[in-house]
Amino acid sequence: MEDVKLMKGNEALAEAAIRAGADAYFGYPITPQSEVIEYLMLERPEHRTGMVVLQAESELAAINMVYGAAGAGKRAMTSSSSPGISLKLEGISYIAGSELPCLIVNVQRGGPGLGTIQPAQADYFQAVKGGGHGDYRLLVLAPSTVQEMADFVSLGFDLAFKYRNPVMILSDGAIGQMMEKVYLPDQIERLTDEQIVEKYGSWATTGKKNRERNIITSLDLKPERHEKHNIHLQEKYKKIEENEVRFETIQCDDADYIIVAFGSGARISQKVVELGRKKGIKIGLLRPITLWPFPKDIINKLADQAIGFMSVEMNAGQMIEDVELSVKGKAPVSHYGRMGGMIPTPSEVLEAVEKDIANIKKLQEV
Amino acid sequence: MTTSVITPEEIIKKGTVVFKKTELMTNNTLSYCPGCGHGVAHRLVMEVIEEMGIGEETIGVAPVGCSVLAYDFMNVDMQQAAHGRAPAVATGIKRVYPEKYVFTYQGDGDLAAIGTSETIHACNRGENIVIIFINNGIYGMTGGQMAPTTLAGMKSSTSPYGRSIPTMGYPIKMTELVAHLPGVAYATRQAVHEAKYVRKAKKAIQKAFENQRDLKGTSIVEIVSNCNSGWKMTPVDANKWLEENMLPYFPLGDIKK
Amino acid sequence: MTEEIIIAGFGGQGVLSMGKILAYSGIMQDQEVSWMPSYGPEMRGGTANVSVILSDDRISSPIINEFDTAIILNQQSMNKFESMVKPGGLLLYDPNGISHHPERKDITIATIEGAKEASSLKNKKTFNMVVMGAFLKIHPIVKMENIHKGLEKSLPKRHHKLIPLNEEAIQVGMEKVKIIQEV
Repeated sequence: MEDVKLMKGNEALAEAAIRAGADAYFGYPITPQSEVIEYLMLERPEHRTGMVVLQAESELAAINMVYGAAGAGKRAMTSSSSPGISLKLEGISYIAGSELPCLIVNVQRGGPGLGTIQPAQADYFQAVKGGGHGDYRLLVLAPSTVQEMADFVSLGFDLAFKYRNPVMILSDGAIGQMMEKVYLPDQIERLTDEQIVEKYGSWATTGKKNRERNIITSLDLKPERHEKHNIHLQEKYKKIEENEVRFETIQCDDADYIIVAFGSGARISQKVVELGRKKGIKIGLLRPITLWPFPKDIINKLADQAIGFMSVEMNAGQMIEDVELSVKGKAPVSHYGRMGGMIPTPSEVLEAVEKDIANIKKLQEV
Repeated sequence: MTTSVITPEEIIKKGTVVFKKTELMTNNTLSYCPGCGHGVAHRLVMEVIEEMGIGEETIGVAPVGCSVLAYDFMNVDMQQAAHGRAPAVATGIKRVYPEKYVFTYQGDGDLAAIGTSETIHACNRGENIVIIFINNGIYGMTGGQMAPTTLAGMKSSTSPYGRSIPTMGYPIKMTELVAHLPGVAYATRQAVHEAKYVRKAKKAIQKAFENQRDLKGTSIVEIVSNCNSGWKMTPVDANKWLEENMLPYFPLGDIKK
Repeated sequence: MTEEIIIAGFGGQGVLSMGKILAYSGIMQDQEVSWMPSYGPEMRGGTANVSVILSDDRISSPIINEFDTAIILNQQSMNKFESMVKPGGLLLYDPNGISHHPERKDITIATIEGAKEASSLKNKKTFNMVVMGAFLKIHPIVKMENIHKGLEKSLPKRHHKLIPLNEEAIQVGMEKVKIIQEV
């Protein structure tokens, strides 16, 4: 029988981590994602699969524990919310530089600073443009349902190990706190040391038995060599851009106006499409599932049929820059957003869409 | 008991081995300043690991500081950690590989300033790891800035008129501090600037790794060392200064065993 | 069929768990469901609310600002949500503690003396089930058998002995609900 449950996004993600055969979770409590570590501590995965769960003394410590465990070749993860992710960025940059596969979850809340505990999407830039220091990229997955909170754990680990690159699940307080029906994946066995080597090679620090020693580092004091390393990273990122773009289109086929939205913003926008269509407005929704790599090509293609785009985000306008770069001037792009933990309602977004369409038509007449 | 004494003639005779570099030190030329204690400390750690036969099951964690490149010299699997985070990185490794040996090798800025939290909490959890703590009272790599362990009145590039206690605080005794924690099995302070100290230091390092083998909890071995270039002295003067100034404030011996 | 519900009151009244039981009951009859709570410090004694959606189709937004039904259990929530009931929708409330009664003319209004009935059941915690019963009498969106399954799923095993009492409370709510105004 299928394992159907009503779960919070945070809980579904935690359960999915156990089932994905994760080896270790290191975290520090912060609202609105504390259910992740609470669930794991209650479930005692060390008895179910041998997975390690540890409450660290800080987000800094947690991400560096992930660094250690990931450097030892294991499936390690951490989760936090916006202010905690800022703290983790140091470690994330080191992880990216050392090419360690791991999973980082950001259940976003409003900022800046301590901000609010209510949902926001204001960490978009931080997630997709790097965040920490240096030229690096995270592969960023944006779940919009509780089901995707569960599904993206396994997907995230697979992508992380495929490219030896950190993967971020960029969620928010709404997806983390709400409950929906979720079909839980089957239990995947944790990999043995031999399987890890067979599947991913023997780059990890596990003790240098039967091989030369391995070193995990992001440091190279020789600029010539370090530039080569950077070029290698960029080539890897290019490969990810070519192969890993994921998105969903909703009623885009005949749409002459396109909303671009992700995560809970996309859920609200789906309702906007419904309401708009009832009024005879042909709105479509393009939902990026990977925020990096960004679905540039499909957006550019849609720009051939749409008279305008709106980037609907729970922030001051961040993803809109990527939408504009994708549209390449073919159509006007506007933004609708709320900030500070306010969630836009479907009707206010629809109103903004209607206004924008009227503006575009007025300009076309001129 | 008879001891074989090697005569000077025998020493210079071809084929007589009086000292052999451990296989667990690479052939890379040490990048440390002549007279620096790091070289000896590296060797001692690697010798202990070799003698215990655990080189293939040991993972070391290098810090930020002069020994950031420790992995160029220590011939075991190594990870390089962000500044101060080595105990957290070591925790991550040890938790997924509890049967392997994990050690950190950190300086005073790394362990006792920026990494204070990671140090204290790893010790408090009693992480079953070894922490090697090199205390030379200065930031060597970045050019001689004040360390948390810089002595009162001691000059550095960020305390050019000497460390002023009212404004800069006291030199911190980190090993004494963590010795209070129940998770710490062994806390000791050693030195490596003279042969007699080197022998003791090696014993201490060995005990620390044996503790790890015996699942006893955290062992921390502080090594009071020198920094002749940072202190702006000759190596000989630096060792003398260490003896006269560092050791009275940082006395050698076991703090907790 | 889609039913979009807001349940709002004080923390501790069982607002969130009522929503959870409704959502689980929806799952038991193969519906799509969502349960979107207010969260944070207000959960600990302040106001608490949860939007619950049960639908035969994929649910677009779990975050909504118009509701088919508002179940209102304190004055603050009345002030906030009365205007957000869709025309023709339902506003169900417990008049206990309500000083400003609803004034809308375009919606169905019903009351249930939840606190009073729960006291007579000798278990104040059945309050939310009395209210849920009242709601289900007017909008029978889930079958009783599925509510039973929903209770089983959402209550921890150690509380399963309380299921009969909860079902009794639902029955009481169904009997005692009063329709004040019907549109």
